[in-house]
Amino acid sequence: MDGDPARRIVRYRFSERLVHTFTAIAYVYLLLTGLAFWTPALYWIAIALGGGYLSRVLHPWAGIVFVILVGWMYVAWRHDMRITPEDRAWRRALRHYATNEDARVPPAWRFNDGQKGFFRVMVAASVALLLSGLGLWWVDLVPWELRWLRFAAVLVHAIAALVTIGGFILHVYMGLLVVPGGLRAIVQGDVTEEWARAHHLLWYRSLRQSDDLDTE
Amino acid sequence: MATLDLRRVSASSPPAPGVREAAVVAKLIDTTTCIGCKACEVACQAWNDLPPETTVQAGTYQTLPGLAPNFWNLIRFTEHEDDQGGLHWLMRKDQCMHCAEPGCLVACPAPGAIVQYANGIVDFQQDRCIGCGYCMTGCPFNVPTFNPRTGRVYKCTLCSDRTAVGLEPACVKACPTGCLQFGAKASLLEVATARVARLEADGFAQAAVYDPPGVGGTGVVTVLAYGDRPELYGLPRDPRIPLAVTLWKGPLKWIGNAAILAGLLGAAVHFVRYGRKAVHGADAAPAGEARDGR
Ligand code: HEM
Ligand code: SF4
Repeated sequence: MDGDPARRIVRYRFSERLVHTFTAIAYVYLLLTGLAFWTPALYWIAIALGGGYLSRVLHPWAGIVFVILVGWMYVAWRHDMRITPEDRAWRRALRHYATNEDARVPPAWRFNDGQKGFFRVMVAASVALLLSGLGLWWVDLVPWELRWLRFAAVLVHAIAALVTIGGFILHVYMGLLVVPGGLRAIVQGDVTEEWARAHHLLWYRSLRQSDDLDTE
Repeated sequence: MATLDLRRVSASSPPAPGVREAAVVAKLIDTTTCIGCKACEVACQAWNDLPPETTVQAGTYQTLPGLAPNFWNLIRFTEHEDDQGGLHWLMRKDQCMHCAEPGCLVACPAPGAIVQYANGIVDFQQDRCIGCGYCMTGCPFNVPTFNPRTGRVYKCTLCSDRTAVGLEPACVKACPTGCLQFGAKASLLEVATARVARLEADGFAQAAVYDPPGVGGTGVVTVLAYGDRPELYGLPRDPRIPLAVTLWKGPLKWIGNAAILAGLLGAAVHFVRYGRKAVHGADAAPAGEARDGR
């Protein structure tokens, strides 16, 4: 491996970082207002955010924004998120990754299999949240004869939200606490060459090969 | 009615603040003596001072296709042909049933937006309502209706303002045939049972009192000539709080909350046990420190 290990390379383009930031803001708003309606113990969140009525008005609109942004990410990242044979090897070593025995973890492309899993879960859950959310939003337009749709909507919305919360906890925990440099990558966009080698060796090599090292 | 009468309050942990005891009240609807005059509909509109809803000409004796945000009392009309070819006009007063176990209240996420008084009346407090419509999913009788202009939900109050001061509901006051009665539920059930006996003697062997146990009984008790077929009147046979709503507000909530806490706790334990990844970029560690190649 040649090159200066401290040299910084671009991991996320400006547009990717911008969309990620707005998605995060929309998600956190949806999460907080949603939790307020989910359990009375957290209703105070809705009051702090302008009241239950306002939260009810804005939550669905924030949901629409969120889904559009997730759609953008899907289009932008779907190639990088495809499962490769290397991912299967990575998955078998998941235990080592989780216990920080990274020397025993096979190399990854731009995203590792865990990140790809999170991506797929969020995209699928967003579709479920959108469809069920529309049912909650326009419940008065769901005819009484089709009331099973109302029942399905409350259950699907809550379950899909719970699934995303699980993914979200893991995602934020990994990015903020476990992987140093992860936060800077998604906010400022750059990582060190060493970071790229350590966490996404195959991606790093492909960048070098295509001489696409967008250094600063 | 006052805080001291509150027996149940939506989205609030029990106990509710009420301390007063009160006899459970009920409205008796005897569908067999209803003549379809709609005096109750008018009285309801007048007492509650509700803006008029535009009626729909649907070729029936029914004022509107269904209950509406400004229309809480609807005489539903069905033509029924019996086995002998006899034609019957069935009139049934549709309104909030004031369930002892109200699905609307169970589903409501807004503290205090739906309350139940010690006398059994279920009341919506529109100033606390956030307009989510969960009550419309929880109600087994399709009663609460959404007003898109105000973004809130409305229904019959059983004239809680009148009954609180000892008056009967406006609809009962206006009914010219005595088909509507109001009073303590226990005594009205006796009246209803006697009426059913009379109907049976008159050849309606299937006559019955509709006071569905699936929702703990209702504050609106209905005498049906065809008590074996409540569907004829647009009433569900065995109404209950929908299973989906019970699961959602019960086990799913506790499992979900436990899972969220377990997730947070798991992350904390993981962090204490394994901490940050040892391989990191040069921004976090001095260059030249020994590191694993990948
Ligand atoms: C995708 C578009 C979405 C739409 C149209 C939508 C719409 C709705 C509506 C109309 C409600 C009923 C009460 C309210 O308005 O707050 C609701 C509840 C809720 N939403 Fe969303 N939402 C969406 C996305 C999300 C997302 C991304 C989350 C993330 C966690 C979320 C979490 C929740 C939760 C937890 C509830 C309360 C559920 C319950 O009480 O069981 N929603 N949503
Ligand atoms: S009939 Fe519907 S709105 Fe009335 S108390 Fe029962 S569940 Fe609530």
